[in-house]
Amino acid sequence: MQWEVVIGLEIHVQLANKSKIFSGASTAYGAEPNTQACAVDMGLPGVLPVFNGGALRKSVMFGLAIDAQINERSVFDRKNYFYPDSPKAYQISQLYYPVVGKGSIDIDLENGSTKCIGVTRAHMEEDAGKSLHEDFHGQTGIDLNRAGTPLLEIVSEPDMRSAKEAVAYMRKIHSIVRYLGVSDGNMQEGSFRCDANVSLRPKGQEEFGTRTELKNINSFRFVEKAINVEIERQMDILESGGTITQETRLYDADKNETRSMRSKEEANDYRYFPDPDLLPIVISQEEIEQICTTLPELPDAKCKRFVTELGLSEKDARALTSDRDMADYFEQVQQSIDDARMAANWLLGEVSARLNKNALEIKDSPVNAEGLTGLLKRIKDNTISGKIAKDVFEAMWEEGGDADSIIESKGLKQITDTSAIEAIIDEVIVANPSQMEEFKAGKDKLIGFFVGQVMKASKGKANPGQVNQLLQKKLKS
Amino acid sequence: MYTLDKSDVEKIAFLARLGIDEQDIPEYATNLTNILDMVEQLNSVDTDDVKPMAHPLDGVQRLRPDEVTETNDRENLMAHAPETEAGLFLVPRVVE
Repeated sequence: MQWEVVIGLEIHVQLANKSKIFSGASTAYGAEPNTQACAVDMGLPGVLPVFNGGALRKSVMFGLAIDAQINERSVFDRKNYFYPDSPKAYQISQLYYPVVGKGSIDIDLENGSTKCIGVTRAHMEEDAGKSLHEDFHGQTGIDLNRAGTPLLEIVSEPDMRSAKEAVAYMRKIHSIVRYLGVSDGNMQEGSFRCDANVSLRPKGQEEFGTRTELKNINSFRFVEKAINVEIERQMDILESGGTITQETRLYDADKNETRSMRSKEEANDYRYFPDPDLLPIVISQEEIEQICTTLPELPDAKCKRFVTELGLSEKDARALTSDRDMADYFEQVQQSIDDARMAANWLLGEVSARLNKNALEIKDSPVNAEGLTGLLKRIKDNTISGKIAKDVFEAMWEEGGDADSIIESKGLKQITDTSAIEAIIDEVIVANPSQMEEFKAGKDKLIGFFVGQVMKASKGKANPGQVNQLLQKKLKS
Repeated sequence: MYTLDKSDVEKIAFLARLGIDEQDIPEYATNLTNILDMVEQLNSVDTDDVKPMAHPLDGVQRLRPDEVTETNDRENLMAHAPETEAGLFLVPRVVE
């Protein structure tokens, strides 16, 4: 049978607020355990939540960026469950009246086309603490620093039909929240996490199949792998006449398999009700419009501008704009050297290759935008050739320092002095009499050989254009 | 009208992590059923034009500026925890 895959994602984004959603404790990552958990975060008796307006602002920014309906009135509810990293025994969330309603984003497919994916809603909630299962004499350690960190949960429609589409959607949401600055999107630190709902149905059938939920996947690569192994698992069951159990499953990256988390399943009855500690959250149309004016240029708009104004190809523009740091880096270099193509080629070529090789993000590149600008300027003013520039770049990357000092200390300055180049040409001609004979006999192709020899003799420093020109003159005289 | 039975009471008690005595279950069932009956009366009222009420107070939430106002008070806040180690609360092992 032909099966159709149906995927919906729930993405939890930690909002880049300085303080918690309901308390004035810091949200900074990596502090000593429980040093950033105050009485509110610990759920001590008698405390009351006080809502952080910054979390509302960032949530609304996201809603506006995906053309979603912004609800002027939203309400916090209690989601009741018992787990030691949630000390109140409930999580404050928004079930019935979320702050952000229906919206959508366009994702880029591999074949170059785009597909619109619906966003059902996005709501504000608090993060839980962390359970540490290392051995504390058979007990579990609880760190509540993360408890109360502001989260925006973004829920998609079941619009995705493959693991690749799910990853493209996740990447787009990641790109948008990073552009907006509503989250740092740091996946290692858990600022951006994803649950995937996966089901199969016979092709052509309207009704959805039974779904499973894959929990807490924290990298783009794992999302794709986790969904694909889950699709295979479900297909095997369905093909052999079985049925899928609706349940939560965990992806094990080491074994590349998903497995059931039934322990959490039995109490899956959260008994939501409006939180009596919090009044409805209201934001006026004027405030929404004000926030709208603060939105930065978003990836799609930037990509379009790079194509129409800078003449870049659609493919290059996409690659440069999906990450905001990359786009900013590019624009800084481009504006300084006024050569979009050269800046794009270097960023997507040399720089990206080295970043990938070293598994670095552009913001951690040893050569920053200023450094690359300094290098490219020397190509533009003919101080060095593009080929030598790659050597200089390597030195900048490996050893640090700016282009000028490396060119100087390594003596890489391009030879543009006509008489110096002519002297090298003369040497080359003397050293290769037989080739010279052949050339004179009409073997024009040998010009390439002479250019190569001259470049070699100059250690690549001779200006290739000049070499060509002078050689033509000499050989034909 | 819905009458709660023993298994409903047991489920509610489990969800709330309440230990209850077997002998009290019939009484809980009656009381909880009475509460549902009372709420049931709302069904006889036309609420089509009534906006859902999220809170009995007719106000809106005040917003706090996004500023860090709390400092580390771990020692004090954890003083009454039954067991701690390396700055962590210790709890009975949670099996994943």
